[in-house]
Amino acid sequence: MALLEVTGLHAGYGAADVLRGVSFAVEQGGITAVLGANGAGKTTLLRAVSGMLGRRGSIRFDGQPIEKTATEDIARLGVAHVPDGRGTFLDLTTEENLRIGAYTRKDRTTVAQDLERVFTYFPRLKERRQQQAGTLSGGEQQMLAVSRALMLRPRLLLLDEPSFGLAPLVVQDIFGILRAINAEQGVSVLLVEQNAGLALDLADNAYVLETGQVVMSGTTEAVRSDEAVRRAYLGY
Amino acid sequence: MEAFLHQVFSGLATGGIYASLALALVMIYQSTNHINFAQGEMAMFSTYLAWSMINGGMPYWWAFLLTVLVSFVVGAAIERIIIRPVEDAPVLSVVTVFIALLVIFNSVAGWIFTYTIKTFPSPFPEQPLFGNRYISSHELGSIAVTLLVLVALYLFFRFTPLGLAMRAAAQNPLSSRLAGIRVGSMLALGWGLAAAVGAVAGLLVAPIVYLEPNMMAGVLLYAFAAALVGGIDNPFGAVLGGFMVGVLENLIGAYVIGTELKLTVALVLIVGVLLFKPSGMFGKVFVSRV
Repeated sequence: MALLEVTGLHAGYGAADVLRGVSFAVEQGGITAVLGANGAGKTTLLRAVSGMLGRRGSIRFDGQPIEKTATEDIARLGVAHVPDGRGTFLDLTTEENLRIGAYTRKDRTTVAQDLERVFTYFPRLKERRQQQAGTLSGGEQQMLAVSRALMLRPRLLLLDEPSFGLAPLVVQDIFGILRAINAEQGVSVLLVEQNAGLALDLADNAYVLETGQVVMSGTTEAVRSDEAVRRAYLGY
Repeated sequence: MEAFLHQVFSGLATGGIYASLALALVMIYQSTNHINFAQGEMAMFSTYLAWSMINGGMPYWWAFLLTVLVSFVVGAAIERIIIRPVEDAPVLSVVTVFIALLVIFNSVAGWIFTYTIKTFPSPFPEQPLFGNRYISSHELGSIAVTLLVLVALYLFFRFTPLGLAMRAAAQNPLSSRLAGIRVGSMLALGWGLAAAVGAVAGLLVAPIVYLEPNMMAGVLLYAFAAALVGGIDNPFGAVLGGFMVGVLENLIGAYVIGTELKLTVALVLIVGVLLFKPSGMFGKVFVSRV
């Protein structure tokens, strides 16, 4: 059974819907990528899943309907969302940012272990442990955002354009660790990306979103080999 | 010299009270970007509550504790019931609600307890402690209580997960919700804490200014001045500002303009800061690119 199953999702910010009947799934332990151009509705899709805006349709997480659940309760179910813009707590230290990620967890020992674990993933964050998060570079803040999400011990990780505005080397670094997290901890991932090549390298399944509707879906191989996708999103 | 030192010390004592109330203002401002104009009247009402308990025969410190507790609950309830519905309303509507709260608390206090001025007991001995000549026991005691409250708040916000969550919720509500923090509860908690701190300030200032429904009007003005001098979004600044305003008020009142005009010090400070350094000493400067 799929961990996240979305059917006929409509969502938007007011009068007009941005998403118009989107259906997709994230398999247990799988990585699903959603590709699309600017304005296709990728960010809206993630926001709708975590209940940050009004939505209609069915969203099931682990078989349980969550389309009426509040954002903080969805997080408590084990859905960690790395938002668009990274959502860093700029005035708090790196460590405090990470501790906020673990806020819902009561067991101090495992939280301390996980803190060490994200520091091994991203040693840069350990160096900047007591530094104000607002002073971190864009890449470091993205690492922090991913780490903060991991501190929740999520079952599902929602990633909103983790490559946005970052140097290629940093991107490689972060995507390598995402792969490791998925493989080692079995965290399922829903990834939204403009950089289609990058996303397809990481994911097992992909959906292509155009103006609020899914226009193509399938395994990454199938999507990659599609003529139209190749021309529009991969550029060759 | 002796008179001067006395002015400084008693300035520090009232300054601590301004600092507490300023901190209460800053706590709410940080999470909502609104100034709670009713903060002073809420503290006044708490003081009446304590007065009734003490008059009913309750020992001072029990009344103190119970009042702080009740104020906390009432503060949180006000947020939930009255402030929450206007959360997203335009600034002026919110200000109107705050002013309404101020007037309601003031009138209800006058209605229940009358406008007659009452004395309020101090828990500290009448004789100066340690035989010193500079500072009365109540002044020394209120400095101690204020410092205790400030340190306790600092430890709470700095070292407990709940304190951290409250800071997070004030700073970035959306991101906090994504981490599973119940931002609404944090806001109510913040209001509760602010009301509790305000109650302490009211209880400490009442023996000095006497108990009556308008007793906090002046104190609130000084607290505004303190918060503005320190930077309205900086708790440390507000506390430091409180002590500075307390001392400044006393010295200027004693040596420059006389006690009758003391309150103008607060107003001059408010206008001065807003004109020349709106962010205060430690506040964040907002720069917008056009």
